[in-house]
Amino acid sequence: MTTQTLAGVDVELNEEGFLVKPEQWTEGMAVELARKEGIDPLTDRHWQVVRFMRDEYFAKGTGPTVRVLGKTSGVTVKELYELFPKGPAKIAARIAGIPKPKGCI
Amino acid sequence: MEKVLILGGGTGGTLCANRLRRMFSPEELSITVVDENDDHLYQPGLLFVPFGAGAVKDITRPRGEQLRSEIGFVREGVERVETKDNQVHLSDGRVLDYDVLVVATGTVLAPEETDGLSGPGWMEKVFTFYTPEGATALAAALDSFAGGRIVVNIVDLPIKCPVAPLEFSFLADAFFQERGLRDRVDITYVTPLDGPFTKPVCARVLNGMFAGRHINFVGEFNTASVDGEAGTLTSYDGREVPFDLAVVIPVHSGAPYVNVSPGLGDELGFIPTDIHTLQSLAAPNVFALGDAAAVPTSKAGSVAHFEGEVLVENIRHFLAGEPLSSSYDGHTNCFIETGFAKAMLIDFNYETEPVTGHYPSTVGLPLLKESRANHLGKLMFENMYWHSLLPGRDLPGVTSAMPTSGKHLADAIRKE
Repeated sequence: MTTQTLAGVDVELNEEGFLVKPEQWTEGMAVELARKEGIDPLTDRHWQVVRFMRDEYFAKGTGPTVRVLGKTSGVTVKELYELFPKGPAKIAARIAGIPKPKGCI
Repeated sequence: MEKVLILGGGTGGTLCANRLRRMFSPEELSITVVDENDDHLYQPGLLFVPFGAGAVKDITRPRGEQLRSEIGFVREGVERVETKDNQVHLSDGRVLDYDVLVVATGTVLAPEETDGLSGPGWMEKVFTFYTPEGATALAAALDSFAGGRIVVNIVDLPIKCPVAPLEFSFLADAFFQERGLRDRVDITYVTPLDGPFTKPVCARVLNGMFAGRHINFVGEFNTASVDGEAGTLTSYDGREVPFDLAVVIPVHSGAPYVNVSPGLGDELGFIPTDIHTLQSLAAPNVFALGDAAAVPTSKAGSVAHFEGEVLVENIRHFLAGEPLSSSYDGHTNCFIETGFAKAMLIDFNYETEPVTGHYPSTVGLPLLKESRANHLGKLMFENMYWHSLLPGRDLPGVTSAMPTSGKHLADAIRKE
């Protein structure tokens, strides 16, 4: 666990770089978190995915997997990988300030 | 008289029906099982078919014959469920009413969701052993395989029996060693995960086994397309893995009727369910178990079995108007065949990852360690499946709740 300053606020990140308290997240933090992933700027399409991830997390308790994102977010899996080349579910969750999607066992 | 309707006559549906029938007399409760066909397949047996060690007909029995007398069996497909009306619409237009519904229709494979997978080369160069037809076709292909690159690819999770692709890889290694061809066969395991298993202690052991068997590992590979003609897997991030023969586990979805049943399933057609009581979130008189349920553990026969014991208790509570006090802990138990007549055993639940030790107590089968006893256990289990598990008898020493006494729990990496 490390403490970092994002958009002027001290927040805790876990060892994989995910925000520990999703309710602390702000849009300003998303911009800074995205920059660390090499995504700059966040386009409307990025925001669509990031907001969708947050809504799903608060509704269901976990972020969606890539396959579910492709079926429900309005962005195809192909485009998701164009937007978040290093892995849409993981990277978008990090930017959205929610825990790593659990996926499956 | 109250009516329980069970959709699906596989592992979970059959053992629930039989356990309920022992619990309630036919005068107290009507029990009906619906399935679209009469072929009850012992699914763990599919693993051995590609290696010529068993045929599909030997692991298939009539569904109706696995049900106790005084259980109705309707052989028809399901069109949709209307939970607000407590009704199931069948494909032939019939409508069945229920007081309690159990969804146990498992999963279907969806190869068509992956570009090219079911296109040219499917069942010629690209196979799956997750279907009877696929396992049988793969047996012929392996028998005539003289050398080249074999890839074992999981497209995405969840899949049934997540250890089966590992077992397939180990058995393939042994198969080609025994044929004296292993130096001409390259085996590569390609998965969307970052290791061979999701949990750290088990992943570490499996990593060592891959290295020891010279099985190549490609991780974090999200398959975008399969080109059977060219012999290439391509990932969304542009990586390619070439093959001469591909063994692919396609993505899984819930039964097709779930998606057209208002409020019943999630995006993938699985049933959102309380992970402990197994009551669906769709309606209080709807329950789900086995592969059909969206609970965070493996889709495996042992899960359906352990869930079934809890589920019938909770149906009894529900019918009596009592709180659902029986609780499933996520217990999962899997043999992992490792080749040369040996196997490993893993045992875990929602909270505890697979660790070393013994099952079911300090004296028993070794956990997370290859042994001949585990292999014999796996082979003997088929008989227990038909004669004890499906009829709803308790298996000696096997409990729904995960045992802890034989486990080296200090090895487990604690959850955050």
